[in-house]
Amino acid sequence: MVDLIIELVIIILKIGIVIGAVMMGVAYMTLAERRLSGFIQDRLGPNRAGPQGLLQPFADGIKLFFKEDFIPDSAEKLLFFIAPGMIFVPALCVIAVIPFGDSLNIFGREIQLRIADVNIGILYIFAIASLGVYGIVLGGWSANNKYTLFGSLRSVAQMISYELALGLSVMGVLMITGSLRLTEVVEVQRSYFFGFIPHWNIFLQPVAFIIFITAAFAETNRLPFDLVEAEQELVGGYHTEYNSMKWGLYFLSEYANVITASAVITTLFFGGWHLPWIEKIPMPQILLELLQIGSFVLKTAFFSIFFIWVRWTFPRFKYNQLMSLGWKVFLPIAILNVLVTGLFYAIFS
Amino acid sequence: MKRVSYKETWVDKLYIPAVLKGLIVTLKHLIRPHKNITIQYPEYKWKPYSHYRGAHRLNKDEQGRIKCVACEMCASACPAHCITIVPAPAPWEDRERYPIKFEINMLRCIYCGFCEEACPEESIELTEVYDFAGNSRRELIWDKEKLLEMYDLTVNEYYKGKPGTFSYSKEKKEK
Ligand code: SF4
Ligand code: SF4
Repeated sequence: MVDLIIELVIIILKIGIVIGAVMMGVAYMTLAERRLSGFIQDRLGPNRAGPQGLLQPFADGIKLFFKEDFIPDSAEKLLFFIAPGMIFVPALCVIAVIPFGDSLNIFGREIQLRIADVNIGILYIFAIASLGVYGIVLGGWSANNKYTLFGSLRSVAQMISYELALGLSVMGVLMITGSLRLTEVVEVQRSYFFGFIPHWNIFLQPVAFIIFITAAFAETNRLPFDLVEAEQELVGGYHTEYNSMKWGLYFLSEYANVITASAVITTLFFGGWHLPWIEKIPMPQILLELLQIGSFVLKTAFFSIFFIWVRWTFPRFKYNQLMSLGWKVFLPIAILNVLVTGLFYAIFS
Repeated sequence: MKRVSYKETWVDKLYIPAVLKGLIVTLKHLIRPHKNITIQYPEYKWKPYSHYRGAHRLNKDEQGRIKCVACEMCASACPAHCITIVPAPAPWEDRERYPIKFEINMLRCIYCGFCEEACPEESIELTEVYDFAGNSRRELIWDKEKLLEMYDLTVNEYYKGKPGTFSYSKEKKEK
């Protein structure tokens, strides 16, 4: 009984810490986005709230909470109300299966550093991540506005098209790993080629990586694939009619999606929490664990910043370009990648 | 006409080199922000060039009296009709009239500088001051006292530094 309670407390603590970390990450992503875009455009970005603008996310949050919560008269009230939640929850759920470290040994108790070690981890990620589209569709439809409807229709088509490429590109990784369990995906990547190059999937599956990261841009509705909220054509896209904290939730879930996508990329292609070379230096177990968590956070942060960096570099695709890129380029290449990987696998093992 | 065409090679069709090139361009700006473009305004202020037309002032002569003789040339030259002058007999020997009331509506003014050109006494002048504001419309109708005060403020340079540049001016904020 006592054991069970301790287990429960540990799990709740883990959930709290992970969600807290992701939320902090999201808050500071908004700041990073604005400041980095400023630097890229030779501006300074918001730097007045606190030192270097570090309190800006809180100022924004307070502002959003105190704004008038307005629901359009013609909106489908119930759906309009719950849609932001429907995108925010899946965005956070995905992080549950991602291992952010090996295991900590505290007071003789092994603590696995992941919330849930699901044996179909990758499937779970795809299943939950694609639920997010409902938030966008229902939000756009229930607002009863033609622009929001356009935005959500685009989002559905885009998500479906790119999910194919996304799923197929991961197949190559799965064939190498032989498991859907993310813990094992990381485990396999912990060895070295020739004793010094880390055995990360990026070196084995570069094509899959490029397809995956591009499709991830499309899945998270980030530029250059942000046709869902193309300001110049659709006012604000699917969230045109939203305001105050409901709009804030859409905004936050976009960044939460970016962070989870970065975490998935890190886990699948960059060895997850694997810290190459340094792990061979003898040091106390607990220090190594913390360093490994740090390496996971660092890698995820790098890809989150990469998302921002890409956004302020490339112009938006046209809709037909988006579709033909997804169906005519990425899908065939992804299938080819699977075939080639299978061939190599059959020959060399 | 000679047509120049560029044949796409297979490397171009991959798009990846072009994508990387684009990323490097933005990276260069990211790690080396060209900070000089943004002026951190209240702390740093831009020094206008000498031909800049900002807020007005009314000049004083050597004895500290207002130079204006209330001839109303400026008021009639003003295309925005924003100068109001009420003349009175001057208390001094050297002129007949002087203004007892001299108001410029800074909100209507278009800062064309015609008043300065029209003035025979070189009394009214546009200064380099650009950062003035008020809490009401009434506050931005500047009267004689305010305009004479502007002379005291701007007789020595108001913004520091070389024209076209900006420099730190915290103490100017307190004024
Ligand atoms: S600057 Fe032009 S508009 Fe302004 S007061 Fe002088 S003449 Fe009138
Ligand atoms: S400011 Fe000059 S032009 Fe205007 S009334 Fe006075 S002297 Fe005449």
